[in-house]
Amino acid sequence: MALDILIVDDSAAIRKILQRVLRQAEVPINNLYEAGDGAEALEILKSQSVNLVLSDINMPNMDGLQMLGHIKASQQWKDLPVVMITTEGSQNKVLEAVQLGAAGYIRKPFTAEQVKEKILCFTHAS
Amino acid sequence: MRPEGGAGTGKESFMESVNSDRLFQVVCTATHEVFSTMLGLEVTPGQARFEPTPSGPVDGVISLIGFAGEWVGMGGLSLTPEFACRLSSRLLMTEFTAVDAEVLDAVAELTNMILGNVKSSLEEELGAMGLSIPTVVFGKNFTARSTGRGQWVMVPFTADGGSVEVRICLAPNGRRKPMLCPANPVTS
Repeated sequence: MALDILIVDDSAAIRKILQRVLRQAEVPINNLYEAGDGAEALEILKSQSVNLVLSDINMPNMDGLQMLGHIKASQQWKDLPVVMITTEGSQNKVLEAVQLGAAGYIRKPFTAEQVKEKILCFTHAS
Repeated sequence: MRPEGGAGTGKESFMESVNSDRLFQVVCTATHEVFSTMLGLEVTPGQARFEPTPSGPVDGVISLIGFAGEWVGMGGLSLTPEFACRLSSRLLMTEFTAVDAEVLDAVAELTNMILGNVKSSLEEELGAMGLSIPTVVFGKNFTARSTGRGQWVMVPFTADGGSVEVRICLAPNGRRKPMLCPANPVTS
C-alpha cells in the first residue's frame, strides 16, 4: 500500500535527499509532506492523514524527541510510526527515542537500501 | 598518513594525550563514510596539521559547528566555491554552477554528518556532547577566528579533483588544557 509520509528536518537539503532516496528505494508513496521542525510537523498532522513520520532529532523550536513525545501522548496519533533519522548516534539519544516510542532509527549517512529496509514494513502494516 | 606532530605518549589521561592518531582516524572514518555513502566518492586524506587558529584570510566556503558538554569546541569544513557546488550537485542530484542557498544548505548538512559522526565516536572517550546547528559562510578575503584556547587539527582530503579540509578544535570545559598536545606542532 502506498504511504503518506511526513519528512521532518530543519535542513532543506536533507528533506530533498530523503525524497530522492525514497524514490531510489522504490518505496510506494501516495503523498509526501515536509516540515522544518516538530511544531510545524504537528500542525501538518492536524490537517493531513499520514502513515509514517521520518524525523531528525536536532531541530530548532521543537526537536524530534519533543515532537515524538507529543505524538505518542496523543490519542489520535499514538499508533503513528515515527522513524528517527539523525547523526545523533549516542546511546542516550537512541534510548530516549525508543523509550518515547520511536518505531526505528536510521543514522546519517544513510543509503537508499538502509532507508528502504527500515520503512518497508510500514507499507505492509498500512 | 599520520598527522604531523605525532601521537601522545600514552602516559597522560586520554584527553591530555589524545592521541592525534586517534582523532585523525576518527575524522578520516567519518569523512570517508559520508563521502562514500552520500556522494559516491572516495576521499584520500592528506597530511594533517595543527594550528592555534585556522589561517586566513581565505576565499571560499567555510562551515562551523559547535560542540558543548564536558568538552567544548568547534569543527567545520573549508572548501572552494567550485567544489562546494560540485559536492552539492552530487548530494542533491541538481546541477549547481554558483553558490546559492541550496549549496550552503548542502554544505551545512555535510558538516553536520561528518562532525556529528566525529562527535559520536569521540563520545566513547569524552562523554556526551551536544552539537549546534551548523553555520556556513561564503565570501572573499575573510578571516574566521575562534577565541577558544585549544589547538585546531586540520585534515585535508581530496576527492573528485577537488579538496576539502575538515577542522576540529576541542578543549575541556572550564579548564585551559587543550585537547591535543602534539609533541612538535606544525604551524605552517
